[in-house]
Formats: sequence, C-alpha cells, structure tokens
Amino acid sequence: MTRIDFDIAHLLAGLLVLISFLELYQDRLYALLNVFAMHALVLAASVAWQAFIQDAPHLYVTAAIALLFKAIVIPVALHRIIVRLGIHREIEKVVGVGTAMLAGIGLVALSMVVMLRVTHEADPLAREDLAFALSVVLLGLLMMVTRRNAVSQVVGFMSLENGLVLAATGAKGMPLVVEISIAFSILVAFIVIGIFLFRIRERFDTVDVGALDRFRGERR
Amino acid sequence: MRFDALTGVLLVPAVAAALLATLPDYRLSARLNVLATTLTFVCALSLFFVRPQPGAYLLVDDLNGTFIVLTTFVGFTTSVFSLSYIGHELEIGRLTPPFVRFYHSMYQVLMFAMNLALVANNIGLMWVAIELATLTTVLMVGIYRTHEALEAAWKYFILGSVGIALALFGTILVYMAARPVVGEGLDAMVWTVLVRRAGAFDPALLDVAFVFLLLGYGTKVGLAPLHAWLPDAHAEGPTPISAVLSGLLLNVALYALLRFKMLLAVNTAALAPGPLMVTLGLISLVFAAFMLYRRRDIKRLFAYSSIEHMGIITFAFGMGGPLANFAGLLHMTMHSLTKSAIFFAVGHVTQVKGTQRIADIGGLTVTHPVLGWGLALGVVAIAGLPPLGIFMSEFLVVSSTFARAPLLAIILVFGLLVGLAGLFLRLNGIAFGEPRGPSAKARASYVPMFAHLALVFAAGIYMPPALVAWFQNVAGLLG
Repeated sequence: MTRIDFDIAHLLAGLLVLISFLELYQDRLYALLNVFAMHALVLAASVAWQAFIQDAPHLYVTAAIALLFKAIVIPVALHRIIVRLGIHREIEKVVGVGTAMLAGIGLVALSMVVMLRVTHEADPLAREDLAFALSVVLLGLLMMVTRRNAVSQVVGFMSLENGLVLAATGAKGMPLVVEISIAFSILVAFIVIGIFLFRIRERFDTVDVGALDRFRGERR
Repeated sequence: MRFDALTGVLLVPAVAAALLATLPDYRLSARLNVLATTLTFVCALSLFFVRPQPGAYLLVDDLNGTFIVLTTFVGFTTSVFSLSYIGHELEIGRLTPPFVRFYHSMYQVLMFAMNLALVANNIGLMWVAIELATLTTVLMVGIYRTHEALEAAWKYFILGSVGIALALFGTILVYMAARPVVGEGLDAMVWTVLVRRAGAFDPALLDVAFVFLLLGYGTKVGLAPLHAWLPDAHAEGPTPISAVLSGLLLNVALYALLRFKMLLAVNTAALAPGPLMVTLGLISLVFAAFMLYRRRDIKRLFAYSSIEHMGIITFAFGMGGPLANFAGLLHMTMHSLTKSAIFFAVGHVTQVKGTQRIADIGGLTVTHPVLGWGLALGVVAIAGLPPLGIFMSEFLVVSSTFARAPLLAIILVFGLLVGLAGLFLRLNGIAFGEPRGPSAKARASYVPMFAHLALVFAAGIYMPPALVAWFQNVAGLLG
C-alpha cells in the first residue's frame, strides 16, 4: 500500500466522523437529511476506495448500495414523508448543542483509546479505520438517545450503520460484507416503511416518540 | 443438493412461508402451519440419527442439536395453540383474513430464521439470521395496529436494531482477531475453524469483541438493563408470538452468546466471560423479581418472569463447569416448556375475559376450572416449587453455586424467593378469590398446555438416564 492510498482512506474515514458531528447539532429535519445524504456519500466514496486499494471488486456493490440507497433513495423518501406528515418546520431539541458536542468528543476519545490500544498487531489502516468506525457508531448511538423525533432517530440509526459498514470494509478480506450490507439495507427500508405505513403521525398525531409513552400498557 | 434432515429443518419452513403467503383460506393455512411445524420437528429429531458433516456455512453438533429439537418442538405445539387462538381473534374481528395470512407466513419465516441461526457455522450468517428473526417478530408484535402494539413494535425495532448493530461490530472484531491467524477470507468466520485456532488470537481484541457481543446479543436475550423492549413486545403482540418469543427467541440469542463464550474459553489470555455473564444474570434476576409486584397486565407479568429466568440461565452458564452448565441447560429447557404453557393458558384467559388487566380477571378456577388450574399449575411450576422440573434445575443452580461462591448464591436465593412471592401474590387474585369478568365457556385447545406441563412434571419426578447423559455431554462441551 502506498502512502497516498493510506492517506485518502484515512481522510475519508475522518470525514465520516466529522459529518457525524455535523448531524449531532442539526435542529431542522431537512438540514439533518441533507447532512445524512452527505454522510452516505462519503461512505460510498470510502468503500469504493477500499475496494480499489484492496483489489476487492465485490465491495463496489456495497459502495453502490450506499450511494443509491442511502444517499439518494432513503433521504428522498424521508423528505416526502416529512412533507406528508407536515413536520418539516419543526425544530427539536433535547440536549443542548454544547452538551451533545462535548459528549460526542468524549465518545470519540473513548473509541480511540479502546481501539488503538487493543489493535497493536493489526495493520495501521485497519486499526485506524476501526477506531473511526467505532466513533461513528457511538456518535450514531448518541444521536439516537438525544433525539425524540422518530425520523431523526432513524437517521441516527442509519449513521450508526454507516459506521458498521466502514468497519466491515476496513477489515481486509472480510467475507459476507455485501450480504450484510444488503441485510442492513432491508432493515432500514423496513424502518422507513414502518414510519410511513404504521402512520405514527395518524395514530399519535405526532412523530414525537415521547408521545408514544402515554400509551404504555402499564398506565391504562 | 442431496436432501437431508438439515436441509429439511431449513427448507420446510421456507417453503411453507412462501406457500402460506399465497393461500387466502385461513382454516387451510392454519392447518398447513401445523403440518409444516410437525415436519420440521420430525426433521429435527432425525438429526440425532443422521448427522451431516459440518460445512463452511452449516453445522450440527450436540449443542445446537439440543436447541433445535427444543425450538422445533415448541414451535410445533405453539402452532397447535395458535389454531384455536387465531380462530377466536378472527371471530371477534381483532384480526382480518389478510392479516392472518401474513401472520402464518411470518410464523414460518420466524421458524426458518431461528433454525438458521442455530445451525449456522458462520458467525456472519448467524448474525443475519438473528436479524431476520428480529424483523419478523417486530412485524408480528405490531400486527394488531393499536396504539400500544405500534409503540411496542417501534420500541422493539429501535432497541433490537441497536442491539444487533452492536453484535455486528463484535462479529467484525472477531474476524479482525482471527485474520492474522487463520488468514483472509471465509475461513476466518467459520466457527469450527475459529474455535480450533482461537488460542492464538489477539486476546485484547477478543475481549473488546465479546463486550460488544454481550451487549448486542444480550439485548436480544432481554438481560437487564437492556430489557426495555421485552415486556412491551410480549404484552402487545398476539399470544402465540409471546410464547415463541419467551420460549425460543431468547434462547436463540443466548445460544449465539454461548458460541462466542466457547471461543473465549479456548484463549487462556482473554478475559473470562463468566463474571460478566454472572453479573448481568444476577442483575436481571433481582430486578425482574421486584418488578413482578407492581404489574397490572397479565402478559407483562409473565414477560418480567421471563427476564428473571433468562437471568438465572445466563447466571448458570456464566458460572460454568459441568454441574452449572447442566443446570443451565435443564433450566432453559424447563423454562421454555413452562413459559410457553403459561402463555397458552394466558392467551385463552385474555380471550374469554376480553382483557389483559389483572384487576379484571379473578376467580378463574371457579369460572373456567380447566384453564384456571392449568394456569395455576404453570405458575407453581415457573415459581420453582417441587416436584416440578424447574425446582430441579433451580436447585441444581443454587447448590452448585453454594459450593463455589456462597455470596452469589445468597443473592440468587434472595432473587428467587422475591420472585416466587411476587408470582403467588398475583396468582392468588387471578386464579382464586371472587370471580370477575365474563364466564362464557372457553373454546380452547388444552392439549399443548397440558402436554408441556406433563413434560415438566415428568422431568421433576424422573429424568431418564439417557437424557441426563445427553445433557451432561452437552454441558461438557460448554466447558
């Protein structure tokens, strides 16, 4: 692997972490979706680059899935759902920007410490990819817990999943990556269809998951 | 491809799922559902006699053979119960024929996914199968389309997805650990290869991987504090699904954990997975035992009881050693049989009473003697009173723990007693006391319920030596 190969892979993975931070503080759903589309775009580029430097043509399939499905189809579908549900003007906030960013920085530091310490023997690229991937996963989790809106929780889940794909493609020669990314896409598609078909809005008059709590069986 | 029993275990549910998705007549499809589960069970039994060689994707050994037989058996009895349950739901209009068609098809997809997860020899394939099982159960939990059902399905969806996402990260880490030793490619994800070479893996990487796997699959096992989805999913879905969830799906997730535990056991430098599992198990047990007291919904009550028992089982496997593993296996089997029997009873109870609220259900032994006494017997069994099977297994767990870690055993016994009292407190109101609610005759199928209870009773009185030897053999495998 030449120096430039390594640098570009590094750059793309780092960019993914950065965009995860961008997602953390978007308080409008449209903006959030646009940032997520960018996230998926960078993921596609990163996976394609890995396919190129590892000489693993099947990874191009994963890259194509990321590009078509996550960067285009899902954001467009969610856009339409948001418009249909009439929540595109809503601004949501659970935890303040400062707190969320600080927590995010803490999580990235944590994943660096954990991953770099346990992967002495792995090659440097896989090692740092893994550290970045864990950061993206944890930031996605953070986003899921700080948001109350079902749509932004889904976006959080999808960026978490992008982190997993980054990890899987970074692990050189891992089998079943394509199958796993397809399985994940099905899962995400189900979630998105779920939001729409279950018509959470119609049933609850809001996509605010907080409102769902009122219907808990315990309080009947 | 040559047809063998292993193919049958996977192929029968897959074909049945496709077939049931196209059949509009619900009476026919309910019967076909039973037929398919019977066939799957027969295939599973025959795995004891003819066992295919392990391949890169599939594997049958003594450990998963036990799980497969249990899974297909409970799957079979539940389909018999579902026959009358679904009939009633159609009658009162809670479900419409298209939903019933969907339900039957999904039931078979779920059986397929669970069997695939159990026979998978590839840790990636196992993950995909567990994801599929999660998806199908989410769809089933939300099938009633009520506020509560949708909330439960959504919660299960999000928490389950996060759980399996973490499990995937753990799986990737295991691959990373295996790659330098086994080499790139498919072999580095094949469990039989991994377990042979695991001694040379990087222990630090394996440690981190196991933590992710424990959190990920532990969510699916329903271990506290990752259990939040479980009571809702049990309470709001159709009761046959509650029975399958409690009796089977939790076991399948636990099985995945056990496979990875065996991997870590080979590597002496890696951390011991036991203490982590013991801790989570005890937390689940004590927490769920206390939660039993304030339940107002009968299905939630037994959902918490499932968390309690999964805690005991995880605890037993975490302690390890031949005796504790034996006790864990026995307890898992007994819990699956008893809990699904209880849900069979509860399903009919909620149908005749038209409610799940404990306050509105009373004096069952007066209004519906067979149902009431069946439920009472089930609760006596699940609470762990002699001479039933769960008493045996709990006694083994407790006595093996007292010999090795008396302090933990005290916490264990405390949790068990708290749980026992909580269950009886509720049972008293439900089964005895002033009759409340409608007393129309139940058109129930009692056979599956009493068949399970009879098995549990028989196991408490007398365990055939062949069965004991079999469990001892499997317990030895678990190390």
